[in-house]
Amino acid sequence: MNKVSFDQLQETLYYEELPNGLQVYLLPKPGFNKTYATFTTKYGSIDNHFIPLNEKEPLRVPDGIAHFLEHKLFEDEDGDVFQLFSKQGASANAFTSFTRTAYLFSSTMNIEENLKTLLDFVQKPYFTEESVEKEKGIIEQEIKMYEDNPDWRNYFGLIGSMYKNHPVKIDIAGTVDSIYKTTKELLYTCYETFYHPSNMVFFVVGNLDPESTFKLIRENQAGKEFEKPQHVERYFEKEPEEVDQKLVTIPMNVNTGKCLVGFKDRKPEKQGKDLLKHELSIQLLLEMMFGQSGENYQKLHDEGLIDDSFSFDYSGEHGFGFSVVGGDTDRPEELGKRIKTMVGEFIQKPLNKDEMEGIRKKKIGYFLRALNSPEYIANQFTRYRFNDMDLFEVIPVLESITVDDLSKAMQEHFLTETQMSECHITPKGK
Amino acid sequence: MIEQKLQEFKVGGLNVHVLPSKTYKTNTLLLHARSPLTKDTVTYRALLPYVLQSGTKEYPSRQEFRKALDDLYGATLNVDVSKKGEYHMMTFKMEVANEKFLADDRPLLERGLDLFSSVILSPNVSDNAFDSSVVEGEKRTLRQKITSVYDDKMRYANMRLTEEMCEDEPFGIFVNGQEEDVTKITDVSLYEYYQEALKSDQLDLYIVGDVEVSVMEQLVKKYFQGIEEGSRNNTIEAQQKQIDQPREIIEEQDVQQGKLHMGYRTNTTYEHEDYFALQLFNGIFGGFSHSKLFINVREKASLAYYAASRVESHKGLLIVMSGIESNKFEKATTIIKEQMDQMKQGNFTDEDLEQTKAVLKNQLLETMDVPRGFIELEYHNELTSNKRYVAKWITEIDKVTKDDVVRVANKVQLDTVYFLKGKEEAANE
Repeated sequence: MNKVSFDQLQETLYYEELPNGLQVYLLPKPGFNKTYATFTTKYGSIDNHFIPLNEKEPLRVPDGIAHFLEHKLFEDEDGDVFQLFSKQGASANAFTSFTRTAYLFSSTMNIEENLKTLLDFVQKPYFTEESVEKEKGIIEQEIKMYEDNPDWRNYFGLIGSMYKNHPVKIDIAGTVDSIYKTTKELLYTCYETFYHPSNMVFFVVGNLDPESTFKLIRENQAGKEFEKPQHVERYFEKEPEEVDQKLVTIPMNVNTGKCLVGFKDRKPEKQGKDLLKHELSIQLLLEMMFGQSGENYQKLHDEGLIDDSFSFDYSGEHGFGFSVVGGDTDRPEELGKRIKTMVGEFIQKPLNKDEMEGIRKKKIGYFLRALNSPEYIANQFTRYRFNDMDLFEVIPVLESITVDDLSKAMQEHFLTETQMSECHITPKGK
Repeated sequence: MIEQKLQEFKVGGLNVHVLPSKTYKTNTLLLHARSPLTKDTVTYRALLPYVLQSGTKEYPSRQEFRKALDDLYGATLNVDVSKKGEYHMMTFKMEVANEKFLADDRPLLERGLDLFSSVILSPNVSDNAFDSSVVEGEKRTLRQKITSVYDDKMRYANMRLTEEMCEDEPFGIFVNGQEEDVTKITDVSLYEYYQEALKSDQLDLYIVGDVEVSVMEQLVKKYFQGIEEGSRNNTIEAQQKQIDQPREIIEEQDVQQGKLHMGYRTNTTYEHEDYFALQLFNGIFGGFSHSKLFINVREKASLAYYAASRVESHKGLLIVMSGIESNKFEKATTIIKEQMDQMKQGNFTDEDLEQTKAVLKNQLLETMDVPRGFIELEYHNELTSNKRYVAKWITEIDKVTKDDVVRVANKVQLDTVYFLKGKEEAANE
């Protein structure tokens, strides 16, 4: 059992890699009622082209299969896993992102049973033809729910305009057509390939004792057999540096329009500390450009172009990275133009050091607030781990970023001519 | 956590509730301002918090005010409006980092409290009026907020159901007010309403974090001066209604998925002894992923991705929600009604009851881990004369028997079925 202490944050993290390759992290949180655990595989919606375990030829699988698999793992030979968790006073859930599938529970009682249940159901797939067929109707409704959601359509519309080939542009749940192509055999193939313990992270945060929790996890894993860890070959088509389309417009049955503007990373290959620094730099820059304490926000608000829904964010992983700015507006075209002009003007001017210090403080405060949340810690820590980054490095890295670093990141990322796309939602028939 | 109790005191007309806790890395300040829900005041109240957060006497513009927040290590201020039973709530919330986790050790909480109080008590006012450009800007935003409810079909269906079901009751009033009333509000009339609300709203301030009660008492006295005692007791009881014949309302729109919302009267509120039995009823019927609705509508019939129910504690409503194919309306409503009948007939096991108790208790304990969650649970007691502190809820849940749940189930009456269906499918039906 390894132990790392973060004195300023008053947190201690315990870590161990088990013989089967599973990485286990425990973060005790005295004072909390709740324990929150996640079991995550480095496998998400973008992993649709790979060499299956013990085979030689690459395979392309139907879109949305990682998400389909997530749904189906909750079914066991003895019935439904949700039932079991709720009998043990826990609430269970799961989610699939571009790069990860996570299974989780939170509970204030029967923690040992719940930890075992989480480890066991994820490591015991049970798919039948009948149950796979049944799930299609459910996922079809999930997809249709998102099709009616203008924010979701706007976000994926934007990603689709930036990316030509990369599977990040594919909806995480797939399409109604693609899910009907999913079979029991394909689910097993994906499971065997991506759910090896060496491709997974187990994270527990909450009111826990590290010694006994490790003992339980070790014993549980020692009682199961796995193949030797193997590297999984994943394929991605070459993606152009520049955005694919500058503008996509989607008419929908809504009253208010929307506008999102995206900036696509040119060389999204960073990992580890480089990626962490890049991500934090872009976030600081976005805050400086469009934060509520800035001039631009005030202007856009005074011009009647934005409301409370206006927001910005950056997401980056190996293979893709982009920032997104925008929100509801009754003049999507004008808002898009204004954002473009504001970004263009911002990158022309030298950065203001005092302003940067103010924003840096704000980001540190936000990070501390996020550490109140066990959900944030577990999910974010795991995402960072899969990219060789460390969540507890956020404050030191934030403190180390210089004006020069920001200026470099800005010149690389915010290129309005080649890297910028827009997606508008417009009210149908107006 | 569970043993912890709020320390309470009054400063003028302000009720103060303090929960000292070392669990969090931030301190939370929250103010609830409450008044009975009426058509005449709702639009003013939907606008007011947004105007107040746009600037204070000391920091008159949004930009200056937000900079002051940033300087407190990114303190956050959020405002919102909501309905609780037939009350309208304006809520102000600030979170500020605890300096003990920072290299900088200036007392952030006192400065936070100062800034927080200034939003509520020292607005940017001249000649008995708010800044007119701020008011106009926020009116535009409010209008947009009202019209864009239409864009989120789940919220829209929920609003339409409530509107229809509670047509002649205050609960039917939309929380963000009426579009036509937004236009009528001026910088002067809004300021008049602000002064009135300050005199007559029930005001509850919650402070949760690593604090000492005696210190908080001094600070609140210092920064929240001038809130008159006044007559603030505006406790009302929500209107109840007996249903003879349920109504069915079907609307068509260009949507991929139909939204089925069913509204029931529970005839049981937080006020009643049966309240915890109602929570168990809802848990077995539709509140969780082990409930009858999830199992039967989703897992067995593959009709939906979500099928759930929730309870409105102070008005006494139960709302069922599900997203389905437009041509599956009959099938889905039949299954849902069957599940309700099963509940009324007591067709559930002791195991179901125990399982639901475990999940409810767990949910409660988890909610208490979050400052805002804890405050919301405690605030129930400000809305009723039947006060039960959160620490006692667990024992109340344990006491519920199967007979209690069946008795509660038999008080539940279907009032209105609302269905928003897709246009194309309509032709195939």
